[in-house]
Amino acid sequence: MAKRSAPEVNAGSMADIAFLLLIFFLVTTTIETDSGLNRKLPPMEDQVDPPIIREKNIFTVVVNKNDQLLVEEELSDIKDLRSLAVAFLDNGGGVAEEACDYCQGERDESSSDNPDKAIISLKNNRETSYKVYIAIQNELVAAYNELRNREFSRLYPSLRLSFVDALNKYNDPRTSANDFKDLKPKLDLVKQMFPQKLSEAEPSKTN
Amino acid sequence: MSKFKKKKSGELPPVNTASLPDIVFMLLFFFMVATVMRDSTLMVANRLPAADQVQKLDKKDRVMYIYAGKPSDRYKDKYGTSAKIQLNDKFASVNEVAAFILAERAAKRQELQNVLTTALKVDSDTKMGLVQDIKQELRKVSALKINYTTRLGDYTQNIN
Repeated sequence: MAKRSAPEVNAGSMADIAFLLLIFFLVTTTIETDSGLNRKLPPMEDQVDPPIIREKNIFTVVVNKNDQLLVEEELSDIKDLRSLAVAFLDNGGGVAEEACDYCQGERDESSSDNPDKAIISLKNNRETSYKVYIAIQNELVAAYNELRNREFSRLYPSLRLSFVDALNKYNDPRTSANDFKDLKPKLDLVKQMFPQKLSEAEPSKTN
Repeated sequence: MSKFKKKKSGELPPVNTASLPDIVFMLLFFFMVATVMRDSTLMVANRLPAADQVQKLDKKDRVMYIYAGKPSDRYKDKYGTSAKIQLNDKFASVNEVAAFILAERAAKRQELQNVLTTALKVDSDTKMGLVQDIKQELRKVSALKINYTTRLGDYTQNIN
């Protein structure tokens, strides 16, 4: 038998395959975005006339240099912080114009009047470690989110979304303009029901 | 007289280029897998703390980054082991933060200058004192929107 050379493979379509794959990955790749806790710092200028706040409307959280936690003057554990904060914010102990008709708390007179009045005050030491500080911030934000989720699903059960999911949807640039317009007043209302009032004191150098 | 023609020899056969796409593919895959997008090289340890109540930091053009943490191994000899601030590609002291923010802000488009967020990428083992100092500096230049960048995880990972 005569020796025959192997037939040449037609490689012309290889380029097309490469292009197809390239385009597929171009379309499906998402660049990983950072995420974190959003906060707002207070402006520098001092308030001329600081409003009078009743002691019972303030929920104090103090962290010392050994990362120990003092909640409302009592030594506590971080895992209890969320439920303590929820109980404080949702208390609704006020009467008459300060009453809160959507609160489901204990209506204890010695705790906050109204979520609108309730302020969480966080004080940390310069030696507090950052990770514990973030854990506390996370739990306090979680307390607000828990209450906002509850109210959001109570007011808008047809959306089948929690407040957090709705907020993520609102911030997502892919959301259609219609949904965007629809969500904004709802989110604002729930935010207003439980406004995030988290004040941070200047850190202490002692204790 | 011979029936069979002698095969031509001496001329080189053409190089088969059919495998060239495969090589290109391999390169493409390698870079696809290995690429990590990063804006500036890190000179500090940057193990972020964990949190789960997070919001995404979309729209990268509206974000300014401040890194802080202990200098990484190769810079330890020169800069010591206490936590430091990194702005862009170099170490900085606390009082350089304000100038950095102003410069970053001036470099952004006019309409974005009021909606900028400062992302604080701080290592979990840093003390709050340094973070507090950065926050004070940010207040001075009214860069009030901040974001404590974290990784996704349960808060219990922060407590040991």
